[in-house]
Amino acid sequence: MRKNVWVILALLLVIPGLLFTVSCAKKTVKSDATAAVDTAKQEEAIQARQAAIKAAEEAKKEELARKAAEEAARKKAAEEAALAAQKAKEDAEKRKILSTIQLFESEDIYFEYDKSRLLPAAREVLKKKAQWLRDNPEAIALIEGHCDERGTNEYNLALGERRARSAKTYLTDLGISSSRLTTISYGEERPLDSRQTEEAWGKKRRAQFEIEKRGIVMEWG
Amino acid sequence: MIRQSIKKIGLVLTAVILLTAGIGHAEYDYIDISNPFLRKIPVAVPVFKAITGADGEIELSIKAADLLSSALAFTGYFKTLDRGAFLINPEEFGIVGPNINFENWTSIGAELLVTGGLTVKDKIIEMEIRIFDTFKQKLLIGKKYKGWVNDQRRMIHRFCSEVIYRFTNTRGVFDTKLAFISTGDGNKEIYFCDFDGYNPKRFTHNKSITLSPSWSSDGKWMAYTSYVKGKPDLYIRHIKEKRGTVVSKKGLNSSPAWVPGKFALAASLSFSGDPEIYLLTGNGKIIKRLTHSRGIDVSPSWSPDGKKMAFVSKRSGSAQIHIMDLDSGRVKRLTFQGKYNTQPEWSPKGDKIAYSAMGNGEINIYVVDTEGNHPVQLTHGTGNNESPSWSPDGSLITFSSTREGPARIYMMNAFGTDQRRLLVLPGQQTNPNWSPWTSRY
Repeated sequence: MRKNVWVILALLLVIPGLLFTVSCAKKTVKSDATAAVDTAKQEEAIQARQAAIKAAEEAKKEELARKAAEEAARKKAAEEAALAAQKAKEDAEKRKILSTIQLFESEDIYFEYDKSRLLPAAREVLKKKAQWLRDNPEAIALIEGHCDERGTNEYNLALGERRARSAKTYLTDLGISSSRLTTISYGEERPLDSRQTEEAWGKKRRAQFEIEKRGIVMEWG
Repeated sequence: MIRQSIKKIGLVLTAVILLTAGIGHAEYDYIDISNPFLRKIPVAVPVFKAITGADGEIELSIKAADLLSSALAFTGYFKTLDRGAFLINPEEFGIVGPNINFENWTSIGAELLVTGGLTVKDKIIEMEIRIFDTFKQKLLIGKKYKGWVNDQRRMIHRFCSEVIYRFTNTRGVFDTKLAFISTGDGNKEIYFCDFDGYNPKRFTHNKSITLSPSWSSDGKWMAYTSYVKGKPDLYIRHIKEKRGTVVSKKGLNSSPAWVPGKFALAASLSFSGDPEIYLLTGNGKIIKRLTHSRGIDVSPSWSPDGKKMAFVSKRSGSAQIHIMDLDSGRVKRLTFQGKYNTQPEWSPKGDKIAYSAMGNGEINIYVVDTEGNHPVQLTHGTGNNESPSWSPDGSLITFSSTREGPARIYMMNAFGTDQRRLLVLPGQQTNPNWSPWTSRY
């Protein structure tokens, strides 16, 4: 009799177990199919999404590229503009320097007859010139001494020399390095004015100033 | 025939020379040394005789007489008579003593007579030239010359040198030259010419300002200042061989003056900061510094014995001439009149100094003795007269003058008479410098 109890228990356990398995098996067959359908759909979706992402990326890339190109173009334009502005500025500066050079050069100092000493007016002019030379520390100046044509050639050569040196000494006393100043005398050999009047003679008894123009290259387009 | 006459003349000539050598020059006191130019001795120089009448002889005969006349007149001692006043024609008169009727000449006032005969053959010229004392009817000098036709001028000048030597015991100026500055080619360059302005020739081609030409004592070197390298440098150049040195120190290298008889010169250099006078060798090396004074020191000129130097200095406050004794170094002021006395030139005779003085708006040539006494003004009211230079025998002074407008080279006697222009070239001519005697004969 006990054997039968175990068989009934086993059956009681197995049959529901079987039932369950059968029913689970059936269920599983059902979700696989939907899963298969879902996977395909999922893959499509994924692909579509990926494509979309790709497209979006491409678009973004193009956008970036365009933006970059724009940026570059803008940069270039800006650079050129900056360069041009810079050049214009330099040219303006050069012109200013040249015009101040011209200003520097255009003013002579004058001497009394047969004298090489500096008059007060001459000293004022030389002070201005010293200031310019301080503001333009690269400049080198040539000082020419001249005389009116009265008097004799050799004596006037010496007098012109003394006049040029007079100016140079004053400028070095004002602090300009003497290595920046050279002197030369032309005596009576280069009169500015051929007239023989007191006024003309006064203009000829002069020291002239010239700046060495090395290193200043102007390009006029 | 002629050869015999010449032999005769040769004997007479020798005799005359021996005679006069014995007697001395007392009999022939023609030139008054104290005032040699006041009374000019009248000389007649008729046209030379064309002896063979060959082609070109007549032209050369006239030329010979012209050259001789102007050469004798140039010295200032003689006055040549106008040929139009001559009483006889060249073809008619004889050229040797025995054949001359001296009354034809004394009657028109000639105290001296020069006769000449010449023959020309194949570009060779032969000349015989004689000078006679018409009143004493005596031959003084007779010479014969033979050479190329082109050397006729030189032969005539040789004869004139004999004449001058005979009368003044000095060589005359016929073999001297002048250097001067002319601007005709666009820049100041140095030119040469003969003593009478003939044969002007350009010497420098610097194409820049050139100044102060100065002959060395042997006539072989020329010193000058030029801006060839852009600044006033001193060039010392051998004239024929074109070699030499440049003194190119900082500042001025100017106003060269050769020491008489030496290969050395003084010059004004300003490399120390101030124009001072230095003594240099002919190769441009400094021997000694001569002036030590602040202010301008320029334009040296040596006494003929080289012991003293005249120069311009501003040490007294204005441009004045001073004299330095080279041995002692002492400096004495020479000029005291006026405020601007420059360009001193010591006479080769040693007794006088010529200079230019500026005053009243013009520059004039003055002469003063070496003590500074009795300055005499030689030019008056005729523009600017500057840069005097003596002839080597001290009888003539050349200078530049603007009396005509543009500057020209002029000549005058040492006493200021007979001022005349030497030559005209394009542009302006200035700063003449008289050469020493350049050849020996």
